[in-house]
Amino acid sequence: MPAPQLPDAEALCTALIEAMRPHVDPAVTALVGIHTGGVWVAERLHAALGLKIPPGSIDVSFHRDDYHQRGLHANTRTSQIPFDVEGAHIVIVDDVLYTGRTIRAAMNELFDYGRPARVDLAVLSDRGGRELPVAPTWCPHALTLPAAQMLALERADDARLSFRLMEK
Amino acid sequence: MKIHIKNGRLIDPASKTDKPLDVFVAAGRIVGVGDTPAGFEASSVLDAGGCVVCPGLVDLSARLREPGFEYRATLESEMAAAAAGGVTRLACPPDTDPVLDEPGLVEMLTHRARLPEFAHVHPVGALTTQLEGKALTEMAELAEAGCVAFGQANRAVVDTQVLLRAMMYAATFDFPVWLQAQDPFLARKGVAHDGEVAARLGLVGIPVAAETIALATILQLARETGARVHVTRVSSAAGVEMITAARAAGIGVTCDVAIHHLHLCENDVGFFNAHARLDPPLRSTGDRDALRKALASGAINALCSDHTPVDDDGKQTPFDEAEVGATGLELLLPLTLKWAREMKLPMVTALARVTSDPARILGVDAGCLKVGAPADICVFDPVADYLVSREALKSQGKNTPFLGYAFPGRVRYTLIDGHLAFDGTLS
Amino acid sequence: MSVMNTGGNPQLNRHGELKHLLTIEGLPREVLTRILDTAAPFTEVAEREVKKLPLLRGKSVFNLFFENSTRTRTTFEIAAKRLSADVINLNISTSSANKGETLLDTVDNLAAMQADMFVVRHASSGAPYLIAQHLAATDRDHIHVVNAGDGRHAHPTQGLLDMYTIRHYKKDFTQLTVAIVGDVLHSRVARSQIHALNILGVPEIRVIAPKTLLPTGVERLGVRVFNDMREGLRGVDVVMMLRLQNERMQGALLPSTQEFFKSWGLTPEKLALAKPDAIVMHPGPMNRGVEIDSAVADGKQAVILPQVTFGIAVRMAVMAMLGGN
Repeated sequence: MPAPQLPDAEALCTALIEAMRPHVDPAVTALVGIHTGGVWVAERLHAALGLKIPPGSIDVSFHRDDYHQRGLHANTRTSQIPFDVEGAHIVIVDDVLYTGRTIRAAMNELFDYGRPARVDLAVLSDRGGRELPVAPTWCPHALTLPAAQMLALERADDARLSFRLMEK
Repeated sequence: MKIHIKNGRLIDPASKTDKPLDVFVAAGRIVGVGDTPAGFEASSVLDAGGCVVCPGLVDLSARLREPGFEYRATLESEMAAAAAGGVTRLACPPDTDPVLDEPGLVEMLTHRARLPEFAHVHPVGALTTQLEGKALTEMAELAEAGCVAFGQANRAVVDTQVLLRAMMYAATFDFPVWLQAQDPFLARKGVAHDGEVAARLGLVGIPVAAETIALATILQLARETGARVHVTRVSSAAGVEMITAARAAGIGVTCDVAIHHLHLCENDVGFFNAHARLDPPLRSTGDRDALRKALASGAINALCSDHTPVDDDGKQTPFDEAEVGATGLELLLPLTLKWAREMKLPMVTALARVTSDPARILGVDAGCLKVGAPADICVFDPVADYLVSREALKSQGKNTPFLGYAFPGRVRYTLIDGHLAFDGTLS
Repeated sequence: MSVMNTGGNPQLNRHGELKHLLTIEGLPREVLTRILDTAAPFTEVAEREVKKLPLLRGKSVFNLFFENSTRTRTTFEIAAKRLSADVINLNISTSSANKGETLLDTVDNLAAMQADMFVVRHASSGAPYLIAQHLAATDRDHIHVVNAGDGRHAHPTQGLLDMYTIRHYKKDFTQLTVAIVGDVLHSRVARSQIHALNILGVPEIRVIAPKTLLPTGVERLGVRVFNDMREGLRGVDVVMMLRLQNERMQGALLPSTQEFFKSWGLTPEKLALAKPDAIVMHPGPMNRGVEIDSAVADGKQAVILPQVTFGIAVRMAVMAMLGGN
């Protein structure tokens, strides 16, 4: 099978920003990125959209549903939500949407902090293979990858984002 | 029954013999060594090809658990273990239940043990009633009933005046007094050698001083009373040194060491291995090395199994709650050979420590292969492995830190008074 | 004869991951560090609206306390409940042990009730090893054992929370001088601390105590021994006080609590000999006026209450790691 054309992550960031801009309120909308790629994207969105509320970050290790098969993730980090979740309008940000399980775990984690008024999902790319009824609110790109492959976001020293295809 | 043991390598430490010689047995006694006695016609021939033929082993301490502890072991099971281990004569300590402090009990035990396939049993009578260290036992009566010595097993006589008098009284009849040297105060609640391992594992330690202080008392009283003292289960280098010095000063003291203390040390407690819960405790590697050397030189006179069968429940507890002791009758020979190999000792010297030397301490004319002696004989293959396993052990006690190990030295035949008590070719 | 142990270190599985937590001794530095790293995110859970994580949901944790300790049992209970486990507390010192049931009988019975984890406190050193070995020998290896203090041997979660506390305040272990003061002889806490500090590369570990309260050969555990507290506290970064049990006045170990306090009690005046930013720790419960002066216990350098908070996170981390391995 020929290698699929990898999307340009920087271009997707720009597209995502423009897709979201009409729908966000800089004074009200709060972003929460999922470790690690989602955090980088959230930082971009936050700056470009001029949001007032500082972005949060989420580590989903505590809510992963494969804990009993694979144990606790080795590099579990602290989730940081620097705003009051209760009644907030929150956008969960991730790099790639796949099975939907990470998003499920992130929502569980988020709800441990309070009850948000609304939660949206923004991702750069949807690679298919959903196993849960999860759909992104904003997603500028979609492709279909075999299960053995993984699309990973990387960040260079100059903060440029790019995608890399990895075999599992 | 006339038995011809042929093709063997005869090792008789008493006569310092080590050469290929046949042995001839009739009417329970050795009737010839080397050449066939005139008119001897064997009714049975035992092939000892590739094997050593030596006197049956003499074990200075084997607990048979009768009377009182039949759930741990019985005379039958432990005598089978003795025969399988090549042990034909053993002394048993008085810490039974009831304690061996009455002639009737001793008579019952020796009577029970009087089966042809059973090893000769020499009870050690209690030095004080109930082993309580307060009142003297009827030593003369007990001796008549069969006691060869008087002792306290591993219990101390706390009151030194009682100890003095007990030794005086024993000396009156020239009865040997067997004592284990451990100060009960310094050993209070102790479960392991007071050293690095106990410090690390948080176990209550028994310092070497518990042995040396008790020894000092025993040796001084031996000098005072002239009693024939035998110190059981020496555990430390310092203890051996004191005994050697006492001997040089003219005190006629003998001593023994147990197989475990010859091969193991405090490190073998490992992760709280209850099989290594022993009394006295396993000490440092330095102590162990000193014991090995002293036994080789003869400074320690004898090696014993300190056979102590304990049921599984007694060992499947936390270390400090575990019962003390290890099974040993079937390990005495292989562990003697292992020590000899490692120390590069001639087999004739090594075997002396488990045959002629302990026989001398017991004061019996045995442990040798001379013509006219009782036909107590052990025939063993020195290269075939003995695998220590629960299944292989005939003793009811499966408790040994050596479980799972294989050692060269496998008994082929054991003869007790000319009776074939164990035939290893059948298994 | 060389060392003959019954099996290898029974607390690691064949992948080198924690199966049980029985002692800190012998743990690879990476495993120890990983526990501390894992504990960090758990500290923050206590500040959430929902102080509960689903990791041990549907699992049964049995607190087997053969020796009473409300405090330690409570911290384990909180930790297990925050991980959504079902927690069953058993104070066995008051039940079956008196009826003649053996330790392993008790374990077999509870294992038959589908236990997933045993948290064990026992007065005998090594009791949790016995349980772990028994479970392995009877093919019930999936049940995890956490040592919550055994005799004088080990109290690994206390040692870990102490390391977490030190790291929190001092960051780097490799430049520290740490003093452990008091009844080292009877202390499982001290033994766990000494092993942990050595594994984490602390260059100087001191123990300060009278000779009657030091185990024979303690220096071979990798510590410097001081009998004089003033000398021992000079220039240290961390002071770890140990609890002195009142029963030590019996058995001729010490003449009186007053004399002990005078020589080995931590007072502001003695603490002044340590570095100005030294922290003071204590595993609790404290005996004020015996091993520690109230002015120090309540002072700015004391981190005794943070220790308690970190203790929950560390125990959550341990249970979460075991439950997933």
